Amino acid sequence: MQEILKFENVRQVFYTDTQETVAIDNLSFSVNKGEFAALLGPSGCGKTTVLSLICKLLKPTEGKVEILSDNPNAVGYMLQHDHLFGWRTIEKNILLGLEIAGKVTPEQRKYAADLMDKYGLGEFKNHYPAQLSGGMRQRTALIRTLATRPDILLLDEPFSALDYQTRLDVCEDVYSIIKKENKTALLVTHDISEAISLADVIYVLTARPSTLKATHLTNMQHIDSPLKRRESPDFSRQFQLLYNYLNGGDK
Amino acid sequence: MKQLQLSPQHVKYLKSKRCRAVGVHLARCAILVGFLLVWELLAQLKVIDVFLTSCPSRVFTTLASMTAEGQLTQHVWASLYETVVGYIIGTALGYVIAIALWWNDTARKIFEPYLVVINSLPKIALGPLIILWAGTGKKSIVVMTVLISVVITAISLMNGFCETDKNKILLMKSMHASKWQTFTKLVAPANLPTLTATLKINVGMSWVGSIMGEYLVSKEGLGYLLVYGSQTFRLDLVMSCTILLCTLAGLMYAAVVALEKLLLRNKY
Repeated sequence: MQEILKFENVRQVFYTDTQETVAIDNLSFSVNKGEFAALLGPSGCGKTTVLSLICKLLKPTEGKVEILSDNPNAVGYMLQHDHLFGWRTIEKNILLGLEIAGKVTPEQRKYAADLMDKYGLGEFKNHYPAQLSGGMRQRTALIRTLATRPDILLLDEPFSALDYQTRLDVCEDVYSIIKKENKTALLVTHDISEAISLADVIYVLTARPSTLKATHLTNMQHIDSPLKRRESPDFSRQFQLLYNYLNGGDK
Repeated sequence: MKQLQLSPQHVKYLKSKRCRAVGVHLARCAILVGFLLVWELLAQLKVIDVFLTSCPSRVFTTLASMTAEGQLTQHVWASLYETVVGYIIGTALGYVIAIALWWNDTARKIFEPYLVVINSLPKIALGPLIILWAGTGKKSIVVMTVLISVVITAISLMNGFCETDKNKILLMKSMHASKWQTFTKLVAPANLPTLTATLKINVGMSWVGSIMGEYLVSKEGLGYLLVYGSQTFRLDLVMSCTILLCTLAGLMYAAVVALEKLLLRNKY
């Protein structure tokens, strides 16, 4: 399988007036093309640092972060909240990334319009975000990320701002869109069940300083819905296993 | 609106809401009319001395005769011109300064104490300097107006710019937006409410500036008439100018509110 993202012995240190914090230490992992990977770690384990490193907003203190693609917009970042701009229509929000990259060509426009139509946003394209439900807004945020055709999608706890019911629906929604568009994704979360229900491979991180604690394969690729995965008998076993990892179990 | 589906209770609710709104309007008008009536009545009954307080009917005759002589237009125009020009320059300049300070963190830190001092300084104290530097014409008055509005504009806009949602900035960064793109696509539109709030504050500020300026140095304008009127004990003139000023400032404010509604319509 072709690797698309690679961390090699990455160490990240932050400095303040009074202390030096090692956020990440000796972290190595990689994500293959077409894979749905997850980084699972306790709160405050430096997940956001990992994402900033992938987006090149930070330079690693030591080690290497590689994105194996020629595409300048290889990374699409989907944040915790939808962060849609209230003064832009849904269509304009979706075109934001293309506008910034200076790539609003008729062809790209068509691609974005097709995505909107395909995922039920076509008729809302002239609405403002305030007129849409939470789930629809999150879907808009995903389409905005997809519109620039990234090679890898970063999902930063994208469901945590939603209430439980909406969360399950949006999770289902996001999963099916990512699979249909055949995208590589890296989910960052502290929610064990979310990680199992979405990911093919889970990298478990320790508390700060973050290092890789375990690599876990869910082997649930044959079940194509996060909800159905939650119902699988294997789910609770895996949950228990990952729970032990997170809470200091040895294996 | 689906008028047909309203329940009787709903109709009642809407009705009482409308009644309250009409009541508020009526009360507002009643206060104004009542005030003018009482003022006129007390003057007619000689309870108050019209030499010191004037009265609505005399104000009316003063305004009428000034209009007939063409004086009114001249003075109103002079003040309005100074205020509006100062308002526009002050706001625009403040906006540019705010962008510059938002752009560069170090510059912001360096200039902070200067901004604080200039903001606290009573701008009227600079009057004599302004006259020496900008002359005794309209230019001085516009400069005074600009000085009064520019600092507060720069400070409030800069604060607004700097408080733009950090995560939205992060989103822009993840899309590799340049600083200018971040400003035009996120910071500027996100701070449109800050801008309109500043525009409203500046209505009052620029009237203070232009009238103050006219007190110091002028040959025409409402501020000039106010000083002239009080020095010659023509209280009719003073009251007329005061009432005119209230009206003009109110109209200008209403225009800004209309602009605000247009700019922010169902987006914020």
